[in-house]
Amino acid sequence: MKKSKGATVFLVIFFVIVAAVTLLPLVLLAVSSLRPGTELMRSGLNFNIDWKNINLDEYRMLFSGQNAYFTWYKNSLIITVVQVALALFFSACVGYGFAMYEFKGKSILFMNVLLVMMIPTEVILLPLYRLIIKMGLMNTMWGIILPYIVIPMLIFFFRQYLSGIPKDFLDAARVDGCSEYGIFIRIMIPLMKPAFAAMGIYQGMASWNNFLWPMVVTNSIDKITLPVGLQSLLSPYGNNYDLLISGSCFAIVPILILFICFQRYFIEGMTAGGVKG
Amino acid sequence: MKKKSFLDKFLYSKKAAPYVFIAPFLVTFLVFFAYSIVSMVIMSFQKVAGGSAVFIGMDNYKILNNAVFIKSLKNSIFYTVVSCALMIPIPLIMAAMLNSRNMKGRAAFRSILFIPALTSVVVSGVVFRLMFGELEGSFMNELISLWGKGPFIWLRNPVTVWAALFMLCLWRWTGVNMMYYLSGLQQIPEDLYESASIDGATMMQKFRYITIPLIKPTTVYVLTISIFGGMAMFSESYMLFNGNKSPNNVGTTLVGMLYRMGFEQNNIGIASAIGVIFLLIVLVVNVVQLFVNGFFRKEK
Repeated sequence: MKKSKGATVFLVIFFVIVAAVTLLPLVLLAVSSLRPGTELMRSGLNFNIDWKNINLDEYRMLFSGQNAYFTWYKNSLIITVVQVALALFFSACVGYGFAMYEFKGKSILFMNVLLVMMIPTEVILLPLYRLIIKMGLMNTMWGIILPYIVIPMLIFFFRQYLSGIPKDFLDAARVDGCSEYGIFIRIMIPLMKPAFAAMGIYQGMASWNNFLWPMVVTNSIDKITLPVGLQSLLSPYGNNYDLLISGSCFAIVPILILFICFQRYFIEGMTAGGVKG
Repeated sequence: MKKKSFLDKFLYSKKAAPYVFIAPFLVTFLVFFAYSIVSMVIMSFQKVAGGSAVFIGMDNYKILNNAVFIKSLKNSIFYTVVSCALMIPIPLIMAAMLNSRNMKGRAAFRSILFIPALTSVVVSGVVFRLMFGELEGSFMNELISLWGKGPFIWLRNPVTVWAALFMLCLWRWTGVNMMYYLSGLQQIPEDLYESASIDGATMMQKFRYITIPLIKPTTVYVLTISIFGGMAMFSESYMLFNGNKSPNNVGTTLVGMLYRMGFEQNNIGIASAIGVIFLLIVLVVNVVQLFVNGFFRKEK
């Protein structure tokens, strides 16, 4: 088949327009973060930039330490790191168990994994919340993390990933006197690095951006996460536009940097479910 | 010979090992998932107040006759149907265009279109709420003033509320769905297209008779996640309206109703009943999927 120059020009122009529209809201956010909040309150979010008012005051305010923003940032960061580490380890264990062993009740148990994967967590929002209260975990980091330390989607992915590894590999290790758990920790975990990278990013984003569950579980200003904190700035009465806009902008920065550095894993992680369908 | 210690026996037992590996799932499944479902079903037949709970039969399910509940259910279904209608064909066509051999700079465009998916619902919600603000200078009002229209109070009128919600959905998820389709398209053998062109098939015919049928597994997957995502939609509406409130309930969804009853009005029984209804809807959708698409068929 021949290449057609006309088609190329059309396609490139089309995608340039689509890309511009895609980036527009974020550019608008970035530009607005350099404008005074009072001006935005008055005129709305738009591109009518008054160049003499452009400055870094909003960021100065953000970094001044006179607000809870970096407490939220820290909370989100700790929760994301702890939750991702636990979810990766436990889900890898479970995925490994399903991929490498034959045992009684395996298919029923795996059906349950699929069942949990299929049911949106919003369904059990209320009973889960009441359970967290009973466990005394309200308004704590663990209340946010604990229900999410084993993720069915990750189990599914790890199982899929490991099913490509030949089982005689394991038998060879057994002959060498490796225990079942030694095989997993010393042989399998190193082999699973690419899978950990993809799923770490998938779960890290889900955790960093999670909104509804942290909002339900936490209620004091020093315990809430970044998305919940940002939402709380969106009040119709207070004049919080300065913090809200620069804070929203700065919340994307770490993810954007990670994305630029580790694009491949982002794309692998985000599309993991769709490949095998 | 020395007898093996119990610990050694355990460590080297191939019988015990799988259960140890599965244990984290089993524990969290029982504690968080199964317990929640069971207690939700029980509470849906109870009047829960403070520490006491009294069985009151089916009373909580009278919410099914409540006009606001019906509206929220309709809203969720409408959102799901329209978002599926948008979020399948548009990303598929864009993926096919991006996958075309005539395309240049594929990787760059793919990455740019993916960026909105990195933003949280809060950040994107803040931007969209302000873009669709009611001020004359808000971005969308500025934009339509170019055609001499407006200004609108976007987030009050049902038509413009839905426009904002669907634009937010399109903006955040087109790139991701397109990525699913791209990885699916790359698995379709190239020679199928080549032989079709030799037989004189047009681009449209190739898309219709090769791409669409062979991309079906991806479509099933995208459809599944879109249905569940759509039915569970809440945070987007919460952000646009700055809370679980919208004029005349134009943006109240099923989960919004559950949240209102359970968390804002402390009406645990009714909220549980809504949860059970939601669960049943999800299960029915799953069963239908299973039959129509053979989703759990053994992988080829």
